[in-house]
Amino acid sequence: MNRRDFLATSAKLTALAVLPMNIVEVAAAKESDTFTFAFISDAHLQHIKGTRFVQNWDKGLKMAVAQCNLLDPKPDFIIFGGDLAQLGKKEELDHGAQILSALRAPVKMMLGEHDYYLDLGENWQKMFGDPYYSFDHKGVHFVVLNSILVDEEWINKWPTPMDRMQTMAGLDDPNGSPFMVGSRQREWLKKDLAKYSDDTPIVIFSHSPLQKIYKGWNFWTEDCEEIYKIVKRFKKVNVIYGHVHQIQYNKIGNIAFNSVISTAWPWPYPDSYAKAKRVVPKMTIKMNRADPFFERDATGWQFIDVHSGRVDVNYILPNNKNRTVRYNFKKNRPEDKDFQNCPQPPQIHY
Amino acid sequence: MRKFTLSLIAVVAINAAPLGLPDLQIPEANPQTPQKVELGKMLFFDPRFSADGTISCATCHDPDKAFTDQLPVSVGINGKKGTRNAPTVINAAYFSSQFWDGRVPTLAEQAKFPPINPVEGGLHSWDEVVAKIKADPNYVKLFTKVFGITKDEIDIDHFGFAIEAFERTIIMGDSRFDRYYFKGEKDALSEREKRGFALFLGKGRCVECHTISQNYALFTNDKFHNLGVGWKKIKDDLASILKAYEQRDKLHEEEAVLLNEKFSELGRYVVTKEIDDIGAFKTPTLRNIELTFPYMHDGSLQTLEEVIVWYNNGGRLSPTDDRSSFIDGGIRELNLTGEEIEDLVAFLKTLTSQSLKKDKK
Repeated sequence: MNRRDFLATSAKLTALAVLPMNIVEVAAAKESDTFTFAFISDAHLQHIKGTRFVQNWDKGLKMAVAQCNLLDPKPDFIIFGGDLAQLGKKEELDHGAQILSALRAPVKMMLGEHDYYLDLGENWQKMFGDPYYSFDHKGVHFVVLNSILVDEEWINKWPTPMDRMQTMAGLDDPNGSPFMVGSRQREWLKKDLAKYSDDTPIVIFSHSPLQKIYKGWNFWTEDCEEIYKIVKRFKKVNVIYGHVHQIQYNKIGNIAFNSVISTAWPWPYPDSYAKAKRVVPKMTIKMNRADPFFERDATGWQFIDVHSGRVDVNYILPNNKNRTVRYNFKKNRPEDKDFQNCPQPPQIHY
Repeated sequence: MRKFTLSLIAVVAINAAPLGLPDLQIPEANPQTPQKVELGKMLFFDPRFSADGTISCATCHDPDKAFTDQLPVSVGINGKKGTRNAPTVINAAYFSSQFWDGRVPTLAEQAKFPPINPVEGGLHSWDEVVAKIKADPNYVKLFTKVFGITKDEIDIDHFGFAIEAFERTIIMGDSRFDRYYFKGEKDALSEREKRGFALFLGKGRCVECHTISQNYALFTNDKFHNLGVGWKKIKDDLASILKAYEQRDKLHEEEAVLLNEKFSELGRYVVTKEIDDIGAFKTPTLRNIELTFPYMHDGSLQTLEEVIVWYNNGGRLSPTDDRSSFIDGGIRELNLTGEEIEDLVAFLKTLTSQSLKKDKK
């Protein structure tokens, strides 16, 4: 199935809106600069006992994998955005690796807090390697950060690893601790970027937002401003993050932000929570409220078109209208032109 | 609007809904008349609307077999087989779409296609169907009278309208379940059947799609779901099947899909082109399910026990089988015991209409 078909629903409704995009591509990018990768994230596979896992989360990931395999042409690579496991258990990581093994393109892995806080990433690293690294692809420099670290003191204060894991696994737990990238990785990042010219497009993958959205739910990266400084000299920087299980996008300085959604469940937007005022990135047009009678609603996966150093995120939403957050080169920011013109305003009450 | 309401009232008087069924909504486009019903009935049983004069609607929708053929997939001219199970005509008038993939909205549309399906009626075009009507003076007389048109104006839509009118009369409720549930006859069901009904509403989760309303029960939500049926046929090469499907003969969409065993398994996808509709088929009614075997869109399950086992294992016959990656969210393992499966089957057999029971004897 070609990529256009994936977006058939939105394309049918907004064929005209698709056109200017093509013109931008032709005008601003060489053919070789344009490519597609897929992004699957936040599977949260949960072990029950023996060979039993929570079926709903299993099905979400399996469906994403099966649908991703229908992309034609194949994506250049697939990145898994972290939180493969729910409680960091080896059974969960093994189970997840097995499901992901069905993907028919090279897979790159990211670490999420749910993979980490039981054994501090020991099993994960054995299976998938370094939690932070970088690579080049078709003229774009990709950086994978481990953004879910917290300070040592918090890590060591728990009676058992499972206590630590359970606390970090809760969305709203006041005993959690804000995420950060940390000084060691920031130093590595400086060195890693040193050899690249200012006009090299940069794409950073982080599990947490690399923005300060809402601390209470850890939609947060404590040292994100430090990262902004490191990448400031680059003309085109894109940050794509998971963790939030909802569509968000934003632009801060030279950095365009896009979130990806979960294969498991959607989170509400933080400003639906009385204690958290106005904390959704202001450019974001929110998702509609999920239909509770359809288990996969507001979950899904995405394929991402990279062109002219910027990204268009195509959200594949089961049983729903797919969405595309495109980079608007005129306004110099990401926007969801189709959805924001949608006659039905998104529901904000959860 | 006023006219529409009046025509509805008239029709309801013709077809008083049986116990357990709602009043039938008759669209203004094709009002019901006794003469039209009679004409539709003639067409329904007439094998001349096939290439070799052997296949009528009733071949696959046989009144003696609860308006099915009780075969896994239907057999048309020259013994040719299709890819899908013939659904019953009984109560089809209530559904919001027709065919397993819901590709047409009405019975009148549906009825136009089997005569020109290469493995069903085998005629080449609707012109041939219309020519056969016009060649028969009796049909010409009836069509012109029923529709108030001239001979020249007879077209394939009139053929569909007449058959639809007849099929609207094939509505059957009044099962033991209906007497129990809608009439309050407590003894209409046995203890086992009552346990089965409780499972139907509860642990079995059947009612989520096979719906029961307050005053009637159609036992279908009219939606499309992937139950994992047919997954084995497409799972290994789905990407290339979809690629091949893109290259299909788009001028003969119907044939391209239905004659290719693998394309046929794409189900609702071919209508909506939505990936989450891959392998999704319409929820059938459960009324008279005891008589409409074998089951599922491909007739691949022989007995009601097998069907329940399929659901019980979360969309597969054996718990060790591979499950479809596209399976509907609501399909999950149910942990029903053997006893509970029997109870559910017993309940399903209470959905047989009284009129069909008599016919059987």
